[in-house]
Amino acid sequence: MQHFWDQPLSWGTAGIFAAAAIGVLAFVIFFVTYAIYFERKFIGWMQYRQGPNRTGPLGLLQSVADVAKLLFKEDTIPKKADRGLFILAPVLAFVPSFAVLAFIPYSLNLQFADLNVGFLYYIALSGITTIAIVVAGWASNNKYSLLGGMRSAAQMISYEVPLVMSVVGVVMMSGSLNLRDIVIAQEGYFWHWNFLPQILGFGIFLIAAVSELNRTPFDLPEAESELVAGYHVEYSGFRFAFFMLTEYIYVYAIASLTTILFLGGWNPPIPQLDFIPGVLWFFLKFAVIVFCLFWIRATFPRLRVDQLMGLAWKVLLPLAILNIFLTALGIELIG
Amino acid sequence: MIRTEELLLNVGPQHPSTHGVFRIVVKLDGEVITEATPVMGYLHRGTEKLAENLNFTQIIPYTDRMDYVSAMTNNYVLCHAVEKMMELEIPERAEFMRLIVMEMQRVASHLVWWGTYLLDIGAMSPFLYAFSDRERILSLFNELCGARLTYNYMRVGGVKWDAPEGWIAKVKVLVKDMYNRLDEYHNLVSGNEIFLSRIKGIGQYDAKTAIDYGLSGANLRSTGVKWDLRKDEPYSLYDRFQFDVPVGKNGDCFDRYECRMEEIVQSLRILEQALEQFPGEGDTMGKVPRVIRPPAGEIYVRIESPRGEIGCHIVSKGKAEPFRLKFRRPSFVNLQILPKLLVGESMTNLVTILGGIDIVLGEVDC
Amino acid sequence: MSEENKREPDEASAPSEPVAEAPSEAPSEAPSEPASEPAAEPAAESTAPTPAPAPEEAAAPPAPRRVETDEEKAARRKASLEAREAAKAAAAQAAAQAAQAGNEGRAAAKAPGGEGEGGEEEQPPKPPSHNQPRLDRVVALLRELIAEDAVEEAYINEPNDHLPTLVIKNEHWLKTAQLFRSHAELSCSYLRNISGVDYETHMEVVYYPLNMENHHCYCVKVRTDREQPSVSSVTPIWETANWNEREIYDLLGIDFPGHPDLRRIMMPDDWVGHPLRKDYVPLDPEV
Repeated sequence: MQHFWDQPLSWGTAGIFAAAAIGVLAFVIFFVTYAIYFERKFIGWMQYRQGPNRTGPLGLLQSVADVAKLLFKEDTIPKKADRGLFILAPVLAFVPSFAVLAFIPYSLNLQFADLNVGFLYYIALSGITTIAIVVAGWASNNKYSLLGGMRSAAQMISYEVPLVMSVVGVVMMSGSLNLRDIVIAQEGYFWHWNFLPQILGFGIFLIAAVSELNRTPFDLPEAESELVAGYHVEYSGFRFAFFMLTEYIYVYAIASLTTILFLGGWNPPIPQLDFIPGVLWFFLKFAVIVFCLFWIRATFPRLRVDQLMGLAWKVLLPLAILNIFLTALGIELIG
Repeated sequence: MIRTEELLLNVGPQHPSTHGVFRIVVKLDGEVITEATPVMGYLHRGTEKLAENLNFTQIIPYTDRMDYVSAMTNNYVLCHAVEKMMELEIPERAEFMRLIVMEMQRVASHLVWWGTYLLDIGAMSPFLYAFSDRERILSLFNELCGARLTYNYMRVGGVKWDAPEGWIAKVKVLVKDMYNRLDEYHNLVSGNEIFLSRIKGIGQYDAKTAIDYGLSGANLRSTGVKWDLRKDEPYSLYDRFQFDVPVGKNGDCFDRYECRMEEIVQSLRILEQALEQFPGEGDTMGKVPRVIRPPAGEIYVRIESPRGEIGCHIVSKGKAEPFRLKFRRPSFVNLQILPKLLVGESMTNLVTILGGIDIVLGEVDC
Repeated sequence: MSEENKREPDEASAPSEPVAEAPSEAPSEAPSEPASEPAAEPAAESTAPTPAPAPEEAAAPPAPRRVETDEEKAARRKASLEAREAAKAAAAQAAAQAAQAGNEGRAAAKAPGGEGEGGEEEQPPKPPSHNQPRLDRVVALLRELIAEDAVEEAYINEPNDHLPTLVIKNEHWLKTAQLFRSHAELSCSYLRNISGVDYETHMEVVYYPLNMENHHCYCVKVRTDREQPSVSSVTPIWETANWNEREIYDLLGIDFPGHPDLRRIMMPDDWVGHPLRKDYVPLDPEV
């Protein structure tokens, strides 16, 4: 992909960009469809259930049917909602979630945009989704959704800080914010991957990432037992589908990011296995992360708001700063 | 200091965590509750009024529908009251059957509570584990009386159906399995740091308050008051069995949780002994007049339901219908303390505290 | 089977039973229609009574699914009111006798209509209950500390585990409740249950205070007038009385002066009438 960026923009290259974007979108939607399917299947198995098994062979078409249902559903907008914002919010949530996918390097050559500030780009864009959630909560003119939106804003802003701080150690070790360079710096055996030297940062990153995704045990903005459904309580039909899609695309993005930053990206665990294509290694690690997210969801109860905030500011942030200090010390002493 | 406007929030009657059609009107300052007003009556069916036009056998199905999570104990309290008024002899086998189903019901009821409480707190899996175990108990009830929720199983003078062949053996297996399952549950949940931090020190009250509010069941015992009607005012055959009354210390949600979990174990202990001593043969129905007509008089009997003291007050004028029938419903009485506990708590704790009280709306509204 | 059961006591007790619901119907019906068509007759009664039979059918109990005009309803209500007034005197007598009977022990009412002029006096005297000293002590305490005439009646309710039962004069109830709660000998800190009963001649609120240390439970009854029912609230003494009193207020219409928040609790706020009263007629028969 990279050489297209260097050419002047013509109809041909524009077409290729558009086609690639549609390709990614199709792939991501495929991922979301089956991520939902597998989430339901896995959690079902963990709970002595079958999971979806009626629609299509083994229930494989369940998500397709669900999406179809959402699309055909009546689109309701509450009378007293702020109409403009209500319509804008799902779009505002979805666009950045899709845009962050552009910079992910799947293998040495397969990457859509090689940004030198790749990680910052992710943080900057995902912040916009927070605004969308607050907007959705506000525009619905519903007290539950307002509470959900406010919680979400507080949570996302708080957890972005330790999330960024935890990655600083990785950036220091590889000397670059460019995700490709970060992966290349982890070449070699699996103990060269960042998750071992950066074990503290890895832990903080995972916790903060789950929180950024609004998933259990940090799913307070949409805590169904307290706030019914939180910020999207008034949304139905395809607008709701957009929020759902956003959520799962962020799962995709976070899982990719974790793979790249801490698990060596496309690198095989031992160099002797490099006959297997890097993309496969990438998606294998990616799948493990996604599975862990589902697993966590099936196991943990939910935190309380004050505990959530306390965790971010009193535990994760100091630890992340300590991690930076230790990394600096390590680089200085060991080299 | 930033001042925010107070938010009036209607929690319920359609809310996933009010366990039925219960409504609390809360005033929120940010996320902190400044005032809570419970509103009920959405499930009020006028059981007490209906009962005045029904004979006692016809009232039994109505009791099923009060505390529908624990219908067996409700059946029992009515039958027990009438039997006491009429001074009827209950065959031993019938009494054993009653005791066994009541204790199974207590286990089932506490399992429902455990599952839904964890669901309130945000953990999904325990709910399904609890229901799969409860399912086994319900299947056994189904085998016994053909119903899974509203059994209509007991009669004045005994029980309607004898245990089918092999039923007792199945219960024995179930009791054995339940011990293992409980261990698993404790492994999964009871030590979970998030769970503990959510319930420790939440919704705390002392023994004096609990007694003043007339709380009963685990809500009372969690404060350290050792009060279990099965021990303190024994009815049925409970004085024949060995069991402990678990008590808490601090009277918070955690102690209530511990008490209920331990009560399951104690129920299993009672079941083990009862199944061991179960008489091989005998009648399941005592000698009962064709028309059940308690003599004129008045009676109040109380038993320990999974939720606390369930009482039945009958005023009879010697007719086949009660002149007045009043149920003391533990959920209703226990719920009174809720507004007091909620003030100053957050929205999240509302769910924790309400779940900890363990109410069934069919019983609150009756 | 069940209809037969239901029917039987009505027939047997009809002559002596002063039921407000069907006072004028029962006597005329029982002799004229003996058990010749026992199945058909209650069936007709439980569904819609056809307006054909007789004019006194107007005073029949409210049919659940019958649509009435307003005049009919008014007439029915008036008729039942009059009948009640008429039955009141007789019922008062009967109730007094029943209470007396209870005083001596349990009414030996195997036969229905035991509160009539049955022969309770012929019962052989029973040995005194083991709770008799406790009851005597409470009565003595109340006489001494509250008022000489505070206790209207005191007896042991034998079938109910020999429960000491007291009837307290309405005006002395609040002080009595305080005594039950705080007196060192009683210290009933736990209030088990409160029930309201409509006896047609009067209303009664029944309290069950309990001492948790020594398991002593009492049954305390307070009678009140039926037209302006009012019993002092014990919510300041036992917090648990709060919702129970609201429920009784809602369903029976007994006022509890001193209650902090006496509102309806089960029925909607704009509900008319108090459903658990014996003469309650729903405003809308569809409900």
